[in-house]
Amino acid sequence: MRLPRRQHSVLPGFGLTLGFAVVYLSLVALIPMCALFLRARGLGWAGFWSTVTEPRVLAACRLSFGAAFIGATLNAVFGFIVAWTLVRYRFFGRRFIDALIDLPFALPTAVSGIALTTIYAPNGWIGRALVPLGIKAVFTPLGVVIALTFIGLPFVVRTLQPALEDLEADVEEAAASLGASRPQTFRRVIFPAIVPSLLTGFALAFARALGEYGSVVFISGNLPGKTEIAPLLIVTQLEQYDYAGATAIAVLLLVISFAMLLVINALQRWSGRRHLRGM
Amino acid sequence: MSLRPATAEPRWVRTLLLAITMLFLAAFLVTPLVAVFTEALRKGVGAYFAGFNDPAVRSAIKLTLLTAGIAVPVNVVFGLAAAWSVAKFEFPGKSLLTTLIDLPLAVSPVVSGLIYVLVFGLNGWLGPWLKAHHLQVIFAVPGIVLATVFVTLPFVARELIPLMQEQGTEDEESALTLGASGWQTFWRVTLPNIRWALLYGVILCNARAMGEFGAVSVVSGHIRGKTNTVPLQVEILYNEYNFVAAFAVASLLAMLALVTLAAKSFIEWRMTSAPASPAVPGDPT
Repeated sequence: MRLPRRQHSVLPGFGLTLGFAVVYLSLVALIPMCALFLRARGLGWAGFWSTVTEPRVLAACRLSFGAAFIGATLNAVFGFIVAWTLVRYRFFGRRFIDALIDLPFALPTAVSGIALTTIYAPNGWIGRALVPLGIKAVFTPLGVVIALTFIGLPFVVRTLQPALEDLEADVEEAAASLGASRPQTFRRVIFPAIVPSLLTGFALAFARALGEYGSVVFISGNLPGKTEIAPLLIVTQLEQYDYAGATAIAVLLLVISFAMLLVINALQRWSGRRHLRGM
Repeated sequence: MSLRPATAEPRWVRTLLLAITMLFLAAFLVTPLVAVFTEALRKGVGAYFAGFNDPAVRSAIKLTLLTAGIAVPVNVVFGLAAAWSVAKFEFPGKSLLTTLIDLPLAVSPVVSGLIYVLVFGLNGWLGPWLKAHHLQVIFAVPGIVLATVFVTLPFVARELIPLMQEQGTEDEESALTLGASGWQTFWRVTLPNIRWALLYGVILCNARAMGEFGAVSVVSGHIRGKTNTVPLQVEILYNEYNFVAAFAVASLLAMLALVTLAAKSFIEWRMTSAPASPAVPGDPT
């Protein structure tokens, strides 16, 4: 809700604070990002295109997109169940679990990476159980999906929680008193009301997963063409002083990030909340 | 037989959903956390503490503290300035500014590092000039600080802006009418009003500053004992198969994460139980 405010405020410090904020933002973020785009312009369209269509780059992008999409989808399903139980049910340890949801935000990605690798390795706690099933998680695309699911979970849960809390009980009561069964009420009343938030959470998780680096590089094994993600390829090319190649992939990722930011802003306007706690 | 309210699920559905929640969170959240500590203590407490005797680890801890010590205050000042201008005044381009503040959150950490390499690196914009003046930013401490400042830039501002917008300008206007100066108004009216949100932003900002990996990795050059932060040191130890030491150092970061989560929950509880507490009369500050 925004109230109309007087054009000329009596408060001091407008010029100073806005000036400082704009100059700081420009120096720290905007000008360096321009450097990236200017460098990419030096490549020319043909150079850019030939770089991003190299088989190795294409494979890395395919893996990054595919794994991020699967991870975000898993989070949409399980994150919804988690958010639902946290909001609707009262059980022992609920507050503790609620606080723990933000762990992927708070735990440095390198720590998540080595911990997930240890657990899902063939001799790890969960990996051991996967061996008899013939499933290999570490150093395979599945490992990338696991890391990206871990990293995206809070986005879905934290966007869904307030939406579920805001649902009015009397709407559900009305549906029930008009003869709707519980599944019908869920499908026709509850679910449509939270779709915007679910999509926002999905988009946030997907956007974060696309660029994620630290938690993935340990578990993926980084085999070129097989388990190499796009952000890692940027690092590899930088280490080989291939600035042109690194820049081209970075521009591609950045443009997609901007597009995702616009999509997320639109989704948040649709669901009526702009501020996401804790990201 | 007890009747189930029409707006609740049958018992078996509730149990099933609860079981899925527990299993999913156990597999993805609890086990990684527990694994960090069990792996760190695998060879006993002696081996755990031996991990910290490494001078490289100590210098990594120092560098991380230094980096966070610069990045957090700088972004607090930025956050306060940005929030003051955005929340208390109307001007064209305001929503563009708030969107741009969130930008670093949308950028891949690796790209965040790369942009500084392209500006300050040897064949970047300022590379030749820096070399002529014997200054080094990339593969040195300034680059690490800059990359960290970039990735942590939004955290304080995005906590303060919505809260200060909600609080409006009446409190400040009254203070000014009663004769307070601009600074007095800020210190004694605005700051007490936003203290919990500010602390919240600082905690998130600090956690990210101390834990950042991707962006810092790109600009660091991994010079042992010189340009390694704690997360980078974890990677080096891990890649050397020195698992106990890697997880011992990682356990420091995991403890930081737990403290962050606890502080976050506490502040959330404070903010909801005492919404926008007004400036306390006779406050000793």
